[in-house]
Amino acid sequence: MARTAATASSKKSPSKPSAKKPAKAESNGNGRMAVVELMNAEYQKRRKSQIEAIKKTDKKLLREMLYQMVLGRVFEEKAAEVYRMGKIGGFCHLYIGQEAIAIGSMMALNPDDMVITSYRDHVQAMVKGIAPEAVMAELYGKEGGCVKGKGGSMHMFSKEHEFFGGHGIVGGQIGVGTGMAYAAKYKESGQVTLCFFGEAAVNQGIFHESLNMAQLWKLPIIYICENNQYGMGTSQERAMSTRNIAKKAESYEMANEFVDGMDVMAVRDAALRAIKRAREESLPTLLEVRSYRYMGHSMSDPGNYRTREEIAKYQERDPIVLFQDSLKTAKVFTDKDFEAIRQEAIEATKKAIEFAEESPYPSESELLSDVYA
Amino acid sequence: MALLTIRDALNQALREEIIRDENVFIMGEEVAEYDGAYKVTRGLWKEFGDKRVVDTPITELGFAALGVGAAMAGLRPVIEFMTFNFSILASDQIINHAAKMLYMSGGEFKVPIVFRGPNGSAFQVSSQHSQALEAFYANFPGLKVVMPSTAADAKGLLKSAIRDDNPVIFMEQERMYGMKGEVPEDDDFTIPLGVADIKREGKDCTIVARSMTVPMALEAAEKIQQEFDVSVEVIDPRTIKPLDIDTIVSSIKKTNRLVIAEESHSFASVGAEITYQVMDHAFDHLDAPIKRISTVEAPMPYARNLEAAALPSVDKIIAAVKEVCYI
Repeated sequence: MARTAATASSKKSPSKPSAKKPAKAESNGNGRMAVVELMNAEYQKRRKSQIEAIKKTDKKLLREMLYQMVLGRVFEEKAAEVYRMGKIGGFCHLYIGQEAIAIGSMMALNPDDMVITSYRDHVQAMVKGIAPEAVMAELYGKEGGCVKGKGGSMHMFSKEHEFFGGHGIVGGQIGVGTGMAYAAKYKESGQVTLCFFGEAAVNQGIFHESLNMAQLWKLPIIYICENNQYGMGTSQERAMSTRNIAKKAESYEMANEFVDGMDVMAVRDAALRAIKRAREESLPTLLEVRSYRYMGHSMSDPGNYRTREEIAKYQERDPIVLFQDSLKTAKVFTDKDFEAIRQEAIEATKKAIEFAEESPYPSESELLSDVYA
Repeated sequence: MALLTIRDALNQALREEIIRDENVFIMGEEVAEYDGAYKVTRGLWKEFGDKRVVDTPITELGFAALGVGAAMAGLRPVIEFMTFNFSILASDQIINHAAKMLYMSGGEFKVPIVFRGPNGSAFQVSSQHSQALEAFYANFPGLKVVMPSTAADAKGLLKSAIRDDNPVIFMEQERMYGMKGEVPEDDDFTIPLGVADIKREGKDCTIVARSMTVPMALEAAEKIQQEFDVSVEVIDPRTIKPLDIDTIVSSIKKTNRLVIAEESHSFASVGAEITYQVMDHAFDHLDAPIKRISTVEAPMPYARNLEAAALPSVDKIIAAVKEVCYI
């Protein structure tokens, strides 16, 4: 069906010069297929050195990274299931396929560093320390939710965990995150800010306004563009005049890096470099982390803008599978360990569901509280 | 008491709050080196430096957003819009972010921020620079909206706005920056938000006015007193949201007549809201239908005569009072 759209758009401009042909090829998915091949080739090249790096990494940390990725996956698969049962209302944007981005970058932070993200926020919320119970109860719109059932899927927050939300307006959090970094610099708190957004947000004015100020005022922030290649149902090449998002930072003379978002260790490496730059030099970085969203934009997405083959191709490079494969090759963990981790995640998700089911709905007195401080 | 212009009263408030709280900083276009487009921040950058008084690029959405994030992370930003017309670019951050943050975070994140600057018309600056936006912002729960009309109110209310834990839209008026008034010299002088002020006592008719229409209403009241021996009470809510409807209703229970004078357009205006609330609380006390003077339903024209015809005026207010008093 994605091909139909491409044919229609090529019909509209029959006189386009032949140099445009690759763009046409990309818009029917061939571009994304080529990208995944290229990313895989690069991955194979660095795999050996990465396995060496894994061997040198703290085993407890590796286990926690894998656990958080698996928990994110299992938790959200369950969320999709209960959404279909009508337990969760409204919008529900899933992160499945993108877990390496949150885990790779956020687990390189100090606990008091700050994080802000878009409406695709369940996994970031949990990695920052909000209990799965509180996230699931929030999805259920229950009193036990991390924001008492007032925010839902898109608006997880926790001051205690320096998690600044969960924001529903595409790109809005890029400016807010810039302000968080501004405050850290102002207070000389030493905190770093991680600010996540999708590639579609890059077309919003706030992205450019924020990057300009961040570089101008040398703010300790890492902008992480989670390039899952689709803004809702519109592919990046149908919405953006250039493919290279990382390079956009150069318009602002900002440090930038392109990262394979299916490779959690690569994300961690890039994040560590950017965090060091922010912490030690008070300088911003833009990371473009190329990933892929397996599920629809939200639960109501029919997915008629891409092919099953394309999804399957990306799933071959599943971030959990790749990470487990490297961990096994490095002889850090065995299949048995992976199974134990998966069971742990299933158990935690089960507990989260039980908690959400049992938690009462918020009392009506909540309706008018928290409007004003 | 010191005789100050509204501009200098605002300047004093900013200065005192910068000294009082290290988390207060002022940010906006031309607020620092240029001393402020309307000189409200005059001298502050020289005195406090780059950290506390910050010039921005012309990037209203960006620096409004930066302010929201900084407020969530513990600072108390005062964001100056050169005029509120430009706040429309930033309205996503004001309405979708600042106003909602406390609620949608279940009370986790406060946004103690002031968005301030001149609102309404200036002197022949035409359509895009002459808008009164209080009804727009007052429509959204989570925001407070403040509109002072005297030097003392400007100072006392701005200090309260900066100390308030909520996002506050603080609307000044360019035509009024040079108006003088007595201001208490106490550097801890504040006026609570949400309390109306009776600017002139009277018994025959109430005028509710705000910002630029307050001096107009006072002049109209004097003329009516002299010409028709009708005693007019002038009430300035000072804070549009929360609105002190009790003071307005008490006045109407005494005068039984109401005229509302406002600079915004009439459709869905704050005056329309006051009209509804008065009907709700004091319908049986009204001896005449409520009259409202607003800016005409057209974008602001440039030509001097057309601009004057578009705006509220002393004469228009007098005519409205005569109508509700059946004179």
